[in-house]
Amino acid sequence: MLRPIEATAPPPETIRLQPTRGFSRVLAPRELWRYRDLAGQIALRDITVRYRQTALGGAWAVLQPIGFMVVFSLIFGNVAGISSNGLPYPLFSLSALVPWTFFSTALMLGSDSLVSNAALVSKIYFPRIFMPAGVIVAGFVDLAISLVILLIIVFAWGYAPSVAILTLPLLIAIATAAALGTTAALSAINVRYRDVRYVVPFAIQMWLFISPVVYPSSQISEPWRTLSAINPMVGVVEGFRWATLGTGNAPWDLIGISAVSAAVILAAGLAYFDRVERAFADFV
Amino acid sequence: MSNVAIEARDLGKSYTLGLNKRGYGTLREAVVEAAQRPFKRGAGKRKGDTLWALRDLSMTIRNGEVVGLIGHNGAGKSTLLKILSRITEPSTGYADVTGRVGSLLEVGTGFHPELTGRENIYLNGSILGMRRAEISARFEEIVEFAEISRFLDTPVKRYSSGMSVRLAFAVAAHLEPEILLVDEVLAVGDAAFQRKSLGKMNEVAKEGRTVVFVSHNLAIIQALCTRGVLLERGEVVTDAPIAEAIDTYLRTLERSAATDLLERTDRDSRAYDETLVRRLEISGPSGQANAIVAGQPATIAVEVTEELPSMECQLTIANSLGQPICTLDSEMSAPADVRDPTLGARIECEVPALPLVPGRYRIDVIVKAKRQIQDGLQAAAFFDVEPGLVGERPTATAGLEGSVVLPHVWRLPG
Repeated sequence: MLRPIEATAPPPETIRLQPTRGFSRVLAPRELWRYRDLAGQIALRDITVRYRQTALGGAWAVLQPIGFMVVFSLIFGNVAGISSNGLPYPLFSLSALVPWTFFSTALMLGSDSLVSNAALVSKIYFPRIFMPAGVIVAGFVDLAISLVILLIIVFAWGYAPSVAILTLPLLIAIATAAALGTTAALSAINVRYRDVRYVVPFAIQMWLFISPVVYPSSQISEPWRTLSAINPMVGVVEGFRWATLGTGNAPWDLIGISAVSAAVILAAGLAYFDRVERAFADFV
Repeated sequence: MSNVAIEARDLGKSYTLGLNKRGYGTLREAVVEAAQRPFKRGAGKRKGDTLWALRDLSMTIRNGEVVGLIGHNGAGKSTLLKILSRITEPSTGYADVTGRVGSLLEVGTGFHPELTGRENIYLNGSILGMRRAEISARFEEIVEFAEISRFLDTPVKRYSSGMSVRLAFAVAAHLEPEILLVDEVLAVGDAAFQRKSLGKMNEVAKEGRTVVFVSHNLAIIQALCTRGVLLERGEVVTDAPIAEAIDTYLRTLERSAATDLLERTDRDSRAYDETLVRRLEISGPSGQANAIVAGQPATIAVEVTEELPSMECQLTIANSLGQPICTLDSEMSAPADVRDPTLGARIECEVPALPLVPGRYRIDVIVKAKRQIQDGLQAAAFFDVEPGLVGERPTATAGLEGSVVLPHVWRLPG
């Protein structure tokens, strides 16, 4: 039988295994490229498995933000009467909950990704960053579904996004960078200190309230409003609102600060991940 | 292209001790320690906290060599394999590895129960290092080999264990590494899988590819490997043709069985260490140590350092090459078993009529309590069985297969 693969296979490469220093592991494009098929398979697995054997399947991607939208509208919109900048509170909160759910789910599942794949991590070599990254890639599917639902609801409410909707890829990129940097660090710490499991759900709840999900950031007085954008989700959430509802002024100041902050978080998270990655198999 | 597959120079691996038993600490401990550090002089680098699992190891493995790594528990065999498969980094030195490395793993590692057979073939294939295109090209072969074509789209969690094993093996068998690394400890679990794994190793070896194999079963190592590397405390003691290496190892094993068991460091890595095996002795009918006769009663006594509630004991009798013959396990209890408080820290196992062919044997021991393995020692004792009568029949002396004698009766014509 013909085996075309072997005919084209390159001659075996020599790899030198030695103590590494610096940030040579995570930031090794050749290495990541060599294992690209595995990266794809891990992401595919995370996507496939997420809702398998659930009665509602992918609908969960939508139910969670919608559920929060209903509760938040009742409590914060009606009872507490929090300002929504003149927007219908359900739209106001849902447009924020869509990116927020993406971010919080990534943190939740990503921070446990190395530990829950301990059997693989301790027995097979592959660039470990694929584990938290796979969770985030799988989250894109949920994000896409919930984004479509959001836009349907926006149109149904008689609103229409402006050209500002073209900034969504940028906003998603900021959220992704922040999520990857944070989950990389958390998943790496989790390998050593299982405390992370208890800290993360708690931290996510806190993070929700320091992000302008249930309130508009315009309620915060300057300079705190601008400074709060150091939390990358501030720029993302306010940006999402502006981009999908087609109203209000462009919060470029917040988006700009959040983009820089997300880049710093990404770099720091990956750097930390890289530094401790070599010892994962010894601790997981 | 050079014909060297693995070139290791001054390879070393150190571990920092002082973590708790589970191997990971809590954040609180780290924070407390960090807070105390400024007040402790020289606390930054305490000496004696570093364990060298591997030290200054240099070796060259050429293409097509089949190398067996042997040695006590904790000698560094698995550590070396882990470094070569890139799971962990060396602390010193380097190893140049030429060619694609593959490992045979425990059944199910890399399988996801919720995924279907088809999805798992791709996932597991890429985990084992195959390219997607390669898996697609071999897909039909893999499915056929695993005999699961009807269940290709069924989640693997609904597979029978036999089907999972076949599937796991089918994927592994179609992996074509230039260098195959096998750690027996990782490939345990299923006897059928292990048999197939050995077949695969044999095949890989015959095809002229390189195999590095770790096993406690010296008979298998002897049958498969051409070269043996004996490690002791992380260093190469002997690097020789396999027969010679095994010979040297057996001599060190007997020497260590003769020393005080508490002094041994090659204990079971899963052990909890609350109580340790102090002595293991086998005595014959007269109660005299080491006068063991086939067909006569024999008593194996294990002494531990501390008596713990509901202790259990598992003894494995193996031939001198380490090939297990039988396991005596107190957890498989029988009505005649007794719990005797006056025994203290001593466990006794009595065999009414020892059904072993005359020869040399060894005993491996595991002591459990509180659902934990407390201690485990391989080759805790050696003993010789003298010829005797089994079921009133003399034991055969030479030229026969096997190690066990069954009491039996013949009916012959004439």
